Amino acid sequence: MKYMLMLNTPRDGYTRYMSWPKEVLEANTAFMIAFSKKLSAAGELVAAEGLASPQQAKLVRAGKDGKPITDGVFPESKEFLAGYWIVDVESPERAYEIAAEASTAPGVGDGPLWVEVRQIMSGRQDIR
Amino acid sequence: MTPSPPDPRLERLLRELAPQALGAVVRRYRDFAACEDAVQEALIAAAVQWPRDGVPGNPRGWLIQVALRRMTDHVRSETARRGREAAVAAETPAAVAPAPPPALDAEPAIDPDDTLVLLFMCCHPALSPAAAIALTLRAVGGLTTAAIAKAFLVPEPTMAQRISRAKQSIKRSGAPFRLPDAGERASRLSAVLHVLYLVFSEGYAASSGFALQRTDLSNEAIRLARAVHDVLPGDGEVAGLLALMLLTDARRAARTGPGGELIPLDEQDRTLWDAEAIAEGVALASAALRQGPAGEYQLQAAIAAVHDEAARAEDTDWPQILALYGVLKGMSDNPMVALNHAIAAAMVHGPHAGLELLAPLDGDERLRGHHRLDAVRAHLLERAGSGAAAVALYRAAAEKTTSLPERNYLLLRAARLSEAP
Repeated sequence: MKYMLMLNTPRDGYTRYMSWPKEVLEANTAFMIAFSKKLSAAGELVAAEGLASPQQAKLVRAGKDGKPITDGVFPESKEFLAGYWIVDVESPERAYEIAAEASTAPGVGDGPLWVEVRQIMSGRQDIR
Repeated sequence: MTPSPPDPRLERLLRELAPQALGAVVRRYRDFAACEDAVQEALIAAAVQWPRDGVPGNPRGWLIQVALRRMTDHVRSETARRGREAAVAAETPAAVAPAPPPALDAEPAIDPDDTLVLLFMCCHPALSPAAAIALTLRAVGGLTTAAIAKAFLVPEPTMAQRISRAKQSIKRSGAPFRLPDAGERASRLSAVLHVLYLVFSEGYAASSGFALQRTDLSNEAIRLARAVHDVLPGDGEVAGLLALMLLTDARRAARTGPGGELIPLDEQDRTLWDAEAIAEGVALASAALRQGPAGEYQLQAAIAAVHDEAARAEDTDWPQILALYGVLKGMSDNPMVALNHAIAAAMVHGPHAGLELLAPLDGDERLRGHHRLDAVRAHLLERAGSGAAAVALYRAAAEKTTSLPERNYLLLRAARLSEAP
C-alpha cells in the first residue's frame, strides 16, 4: 500500500529556513539524503521531493479562453507543503513509523514538525 | 541494453526456460542469491543476442552454460577476495586458488519439480508478501526487475532492493534447495498459492488510467498456477486456484465500461465473457470437487463457475451459491465470506434475510473501518426499497475505500439512487 507523507511548514517556515545556521542546514541536508537512501534500500521508496519556496508559487486557473490566468500566492494560507515522500509499505503502522522518523529532520524550532500521512488510492478491487 | 522491440515468442520462451535454468544452476552451486543473478544475466544476454544471431539449437543449454560461466567468475572472485582477506589476516602471501571450471559434461536433465522447489523458496514464510511476490515474479516468472517495478508502480532501484533483501532473508533462513518435508508441505503449498492469488488480484486492477501500462500480472499468475498444476495435478486446491483465476479472468472484457468504470456482475454483457476460459475453469473445478473434500479455493471456484454458467444474471443458481457459501463459512471465519454469504441469502430469501445476517458483523473488529460492510448493506437496503438509507451507506463506504474504481462505483451508485424519480 502506498502512502504520501507530507511535510508542512508554517507560513513563515521558508523565510526562517533561509537563515538557518550552517550546521543545521548541513545536518538537515545530510539527514534528507540518508533518509531517502535508507528508504530505497528498504525497498519502500517511490518518490521523495522538496518543493521550491512559496515565493515562486502561483495560483492558476483557466480563463474564458481556456488560457491560464495566474495569481500571486495564497494570501490566507497558514501552512505550506515543503516536501513529500511517497512510500510503498506493508502496513499503515509502517507508514507512521517512517513519518515519525521524517519529522525528526534537524531544523530550528520547537521540535518535530507534523507530517500528514495520506493513503494513495489504488486501482485494485476485491475479486471475491 | 534492452532489445527492441521484444519478440513476444522469444520472451515467452525465455520466461519458460528461466526456472528450468535456475534449477539446474542452483543444483550445482547451491548459492541461490548468486545463481538467481547469474540466470537473470544470462536471460538478458539471450534477449540481446538471440534476435541478432538466431535462437541457439538448445536454448536451455545455452542459458545454463552462460549462467554457469557467470557463477564460475563469481566464485573465482569470491575466492580471491577471501584469499586476500586471509592473507592480510595472516600476513602471508595470498594463496589464491582459482575455482575449478564447471564440468561441462552432459546437460542436466529437466527436473519437473524445479519450478515447484523454486516457488517454495520464493514464497518462504520468512518473507513478507510484497517480497515474496517480487522474488517469485523474477526467479520463477523470469520477469526483469524493470518489468516488475513497472507493474507495481515503484522505481526500479526500489524493486531491485526489495528483491535483493528477499534473497538475503532466504539465505539467512537457510532453506535448502529441495521440496519441504511432508510435515510442512501443506502449509508451505498454501503460502505459495496465496502469493499466486495476490499476484492475480494485483493484476485484476481496473484497466483505467495509469493501470493501462501495467504488466499483465493476472496472466502471469495464471501461467504460474498452471505450472504448479502440471506438477501437482492431483492437488484439489491447486486446481481450485487455477480454476478460480480462469473463471474470474474470463469476465475481464465485461467488467469495466469504456470510461474504466466498474460494471457489477449482474449488469455485465455476458456475451463478452471468454467462453473458452470458462469451459476450462468449469472442467477443472468439477474434476477437483470429485477428488475429495473441497478446500477454500475449490469452493470459491465452484461459486465462480455457477456465476459463469448463467447466460443471464437472472438465470443464476443462487440457492446453489448460498449452499456453497454456507460450506465455506463453516470452514473459514473470514468476514468477507460472511458478507458474501449474506448477499447470497438475500438473493434467495429476499433482502431482509440478508440484512439480518449482516447484523452480527457490526461488532467484528476486522471489518471496522472497512468499506465492504457498508457497501453490502447499502445494496441490500436499496433492494429492500430503503433508498435514503442506502445512499447514505454507499457514501459512507465510498469514504472508507482506498480503491479508486470502487469509490467511483459507490459514488455513482449513490448519485443514481438519490436522483431517481
